[in-house]
Amino acid sequence: MAVVVNQELCKGCKICVKNCPFQAIDFDETTRKATINEKCTACSVCISKCPFKAISKDETDEVDLSAYKHIWVFAEQRDGELMGVAKELIACGRRLSRDISPETKCYALLVGNHLDALGQEAIEWGADGSILIESPLLEHFNTDGYTKVICDAIKEYKPEIILYGATHIGRDLAPRVAGRSNVGLTADCTGLEVDLEKYKAYCAKETTLDLSTLEGEDPNDKCIKQTRPAFGGNLMATIVSKKTRPQMSTVRPGVMSKQERVPGAKGEIIKVTPKLEESDIRTKIIKIVKEAKEMVSLTDAKIICSGGRGLGGPEGFKLIQEFADKVGGVVGSSRACVDAGWIGHEHQVGQTGTTVKPDIYFACGISGAIQHQAGMKNSKIIVAINKDPDAPIFGIADYGIVGDLYKVVPMIIEEWDNFSTAL
Amino acid sequence: MRIIVCAKQVPDTSEVKIDPKTNRIIRDGVPSILNPDDANALEEALLLKDKDPETVVTVVSMGPPQAKDMLIECLAMGADECYLLSDRAVGGSDTWATSNAITALIEKIGPFDMIFAGRQAIDGDTAQVGPQIAEKMHLPQVTYVQKFEISEDKKTVTVQRQLEDGYEVIEVHTPCMLTCIKELNNPRYMTVSGIVKACKADAPIYVKSAKDVECDLTKVGLEASPTVVFRSFTPAPKAPGQIIQGEDERTQSKNLLAKLKEKHAI
Repeated sequence: MAVVVNQELCKGCKICVKNCPFQAIDFDETTRKATINEKCTACSVCISKCPFKAISKDETDEVDLSAYKHIWVFAEQRDGELMGVAKELIACGRRLSRDISPETKCYALLVGNHLDALGQEAIEWGADGSILIESPLLEHFNTDGYTKVICDAIKEYKPEIILYGATHIGRDLAPRVAGRSNVGLTADCTGLEVDLEKYKAYCAKETTLDLSTLEGEDPNDKCIKQTRPAFGGNLMATIVSKKTRPQMSTVRPGVMSKQERVPGAKGEIIKVTPKLEESDIRTKIIKIVKEAKEMVSLTDAKIICSGGRGLGGPEGFKLIQEFADKVGGVVGSSRACVDAGWIGHEHQVGQTGTTVKPDIYFACGISGAIQHQAGMKNSKIIVAINKDPDAPIFGIADYGIVGDLYKVVPMIIEEWDNFSTAL
Repeated sequence: MRIIVCAKQVPDTSEVKIDPKTNRIIRDGVPSILNPDDANALEEALLLKDKDPETVVTVVSMGPPQAKDMLIECLAMGADECYLLSDRAVGGSDTWATSNAITALIEKIGPFDMIFAGRQAIDGDTAQVGPQIAEKMHLPQVTYVQKFEISEDKKTVTVQRQLEDGYEVIEVHTPCMLTCIKELNNPRYMTVSGIVKACKADAPIYVKSAKDVECDLTKVGLEASPTVVFRSFTPAPKAPGQIIQGEDERTQSKNLLAKLKEKHAI
């Protein structure tokens, strides 16, 4: 949908030039007429401002979907370090690119300053190539600068799919890029497939979808099927954007898996010179403050490490605290320990305490009385560690270890870093 | 000073339950509430009004006619006026189409100094509409705002933008779009006199149609939305649990962590 100036109707008043938010209208001093340049985002502001109705949108200009090729991964970096989610999405993008066609490639899109080393690193994590957009103005993330250079690059290179990490940066940037490009964006996807058969396999494993409802879908349609949770995870939906390109998704850190790094892997490096001025960036970063994660409340905790009567005494919570510190979690407790005065009431999980649903609930030495279960049974994953194999907690646990928590928990703490995916 | 607050009525998802027989969401009896992050957005606007009574706080929303109930709550908390865009023509809008519709509504209301929105709504959790309204209105944005200050002349705001491992201090000129998180403030309760005033027949709640706000009908609603729901379903039911085996505690721990990693839980 290109915006055009009807040269016959244009009177050369320059009102559109002044009102364009993107400096996308040039004025030709010889012909005294306005023309639209490549900065135009089809925002339509000028159309309403023109007193002579000389500007219009060329609606016949349909999007040629086949002109869009390859997958881009917004490879987020902070202070010159590639984020974990970028590595995960590179592996995901690579897999999807092969499912589209043998010629389809996965590129890491890097925005920042001095990116040569990161461009190579992204290739070692599985990208076929890296697109580098470098400028001192892009050193730290800023919405205006990043949006502009990415939208410009999209116009020039026409990728078919762009994946972003659903970080505080990705979730600021992606909607803005999608808004300006007038394309669909699906947030916080937990499943991405382009191939219909693979989508069916995913649904069979992870969902209750009746697969017969998928018969009649075109197996050659390689549009990206983006599955995401809604209503607090009670419902899931698969979203598609059939009419617009590029298709865009954000994915939370830790949802996809990265592949082995291949040192010395070779790939194409494409350098894009950004058209960016200081005045394009309307926010000013005064400072960036790093801080250790604050103690979060039980209701918001992603991981809860809970202790019960099996701890044997108040000193047992030292181990639970150490466990929670290691995994970035919060300490919880059963009622028995609170009543015994081993720990404060604010830590109590259960019917008379706090109701929680973290991603992982570690129940250590908790038998699992029904009142306790009422407060934590909706946790995504429940891990029970208990000496008694008949403890009711094993009935609702996803994973159980029958054993002495004082032997098991220290081992989990020791081994944690070997398994955990940092952001 | 005029402040626009974007608010949404949402089902209280902590109360949403699944019918075990049909595997469908039971919405009956689930209370509708003011979206929590939007309550923080409204509170920050009201704090500005506390300091400067000349400030006008205008709440905008889009949704079915019942969303008026949520707007009554906003008035009872202290908002000056509320606008609800309610029209079948905008029904089924995705985030892109929603931002087009709300942009049309805000433009109709007139000049403003700032827009506060919640970071995200608890029913969809997309966090997209705030930034997309900012994009459509050509405003600078700061998302994840956890601390807010405004200069004497009300032209510059300094905010803390939350990051996963800390925060940024960002300066931006008005007008701008700020999306708020719960760390920003503690929303106030409704007052009794506020409730009485908000429930009056002539309470300043204005319901507008798509025609009233002159939105471009080719850019709103289900048909215009670039994203469509391909299929929807409930997650697979929980598989029965398993006891992790291993000859010693270290092996058991390793096996457990491998399982958690496989599930992308860690």
